[in-house]
Amino acid sequence: MQSFDLGKEGLRALNSSLHALKGQTNMTAWEITNPKGAHAIAAGVDAPVDITVRGSTGYYCAGMNKQATIRIKGSAGPGVAENMMSGTVIIDGNASQYAGATGRGGLLVIKGNASSRCGVSMKGIDIVVHGSIGHMSAFMAQSGNLVVLGDAGDALGDSLYEARLFVRGSVKSLGADCIEKEMRDEHYAILEELLRKGEADGKAKPEEFRRYGSARKLYNFNIDNAAAY
Amino acid sequence: MCGIVGLFLKDPKLEPKLGAMLTDMLITMTDRGPDSAGIAIYSGAKDGLGKITVQSANPEKDFKDLDGDLHNAIGQPVAMLVKSTHAVLEVPVGQMEAARSALSHLRPSVKVMSAGDSIEIFKEVGLPKDVAARFDVAKMKGTHGIGHTRMATESAVTTMGAHPFSTGSDQCLVHNGSLSNHNGVRRELKRLGMTFETENDTEVGAAFISHKLQEGETLGNALEATLTDLDGFFTFVVGTKNGFGVVRDPIACKPAVMAETDQYVAFGSEYRALVNLPGIEDARVWEPEPATVYFWEH
Repeated sequence: MQSFDLGKEGLRALNSSLHALKGQTNMTAWEITNPKGAHAIAAGVDAPVDITVRGSTGYYCAGMNKQATIRIKGSAGPGVAENMMSGTVIIDGNASQYAGATGRGGLLVIKGNASSRCGVSMKGIDIVVHGSIGHMSAFMAQSGNLVVLGDAGDALGDSLYEARLFVRGSVKSLGADCIEKEMRDEHYAILEELLRKGEADGKAKPEEFRRYGSARKLYNFNIDNAAAY
Repeated sequence: MCGIVGLFLKDPKLEPKLGAMLTDMLITMTDRGPDSAGIAIYSGAKDGLGKITVQSANPEKDFKDLDGDLHNAIGQPVAMLVKSTHAVLEVPVGQMEAARSALSHLRPSVKVMSAGDSIEIFKEVGLPKDVAARFDVAKMKGTHGIGHTRMATESAVTTMGAHPFSTGSDQCLVHNGSLSNHNGVRRELKRLGMTFETENDTEVGAAFISHKLQEGETLGNALEATLTDLDGFFTFVVGTKNGFGVVRDPIACKPAVMAETDQYVAFGSEYRALVNLPGIEDARVWEPEPATVYFWEH
């Protein structure tokens, strides 16, 4: 176990140590203490290591993550796991705005609530939120899955492309071009696996969710609307 | 950006440390806006006395004999405590208006930062650590206070453009964001008799709330009205003689974190600002919801 006191050694030393891990390494377990809301903790890691942050983090924790499993034993500030490529990020507390934004792959698990713009422009990431999510979540989401055990705020999935949104609770309102869709066997299978991977299989069952997706009416410019511009 | 911090104490035992706690919180937020900084401290009322905090670009000249000159003008003794470019004048409550009026004749270049029973505002161009040191904020006691570090967008980097803005007795407001309809709202408020010192958008937000309070609205209703009448981005933190309020616009892209324990309610633009508060490990920590008014009163 590599232990790193962020209060003593500083963010640059931490991130350069983590960036130096390339390919296979025997330093596979890391513990970061005294995060105190600092920005960009463990951003840009590209190695199959397990990192535990003991406390709450500021902006952009685990941003651009590749391969690593990063656990936050607290809450996360804005932009957690932004543009994640692969790997897993698990937050024990809540996440602030635009969690998992633009994520291309991997799994983001938020055990508390996520605030506004969760999964905005997601491009392949899977996000499992045990609590509720705020307004404008999954705005322009392109692919991947967003699973919410609680409720969703206003304008869910506005201008959505092909991401799948699964919500168990209420949806305050749907955004433009986002509609409810039928749950088919393949969706129950996806949900079952994501609930298991997201450590939520004891909390919810796939049949309790509704699915939302794109009506695909904003994909192409409609000539009848030309006068509106 | 801009950084906001605020602290509303429930436990009187912490009151001697208010200035020190707020200073520490504000310095942590320095990299959110290094242009200018300011702090409003509600240090408590003295029987029969009000406080006017004034600022001068030329303090040696302007503050010389100011207490005596005001005494002569209003016929009542005035106590003065000079702190760098600011001075706090203690004036009998019944003479506050007379003192402000005399001040504008005696020292036309002096600006009033705040007036009221409890409030004192200190603000200047510069980094939070330098501004706080200049006014010895860390030694101040009080019941609640608000701090701000500014990254200017809507108006010039000047002392008067720094936050907090005070547009009513014992009232103040700080802002992270930018208002887009402030010129129109300012015109309307001027027509209704409000006066303005700057071209700044935040001053309009402060005056909007002050005007509502003048009309007899509660702090809660005044904050609620910002959601319908002000357009733009805002996280506001406001102070009144006994109260402390927070409101964010419906889009809520300007960050905000709050923490509450039995001892205090604290606000920070980021969690970083709160990490050194006593008992933060066990505090209830949350993000204020969009378009939702929060306030606490003593």
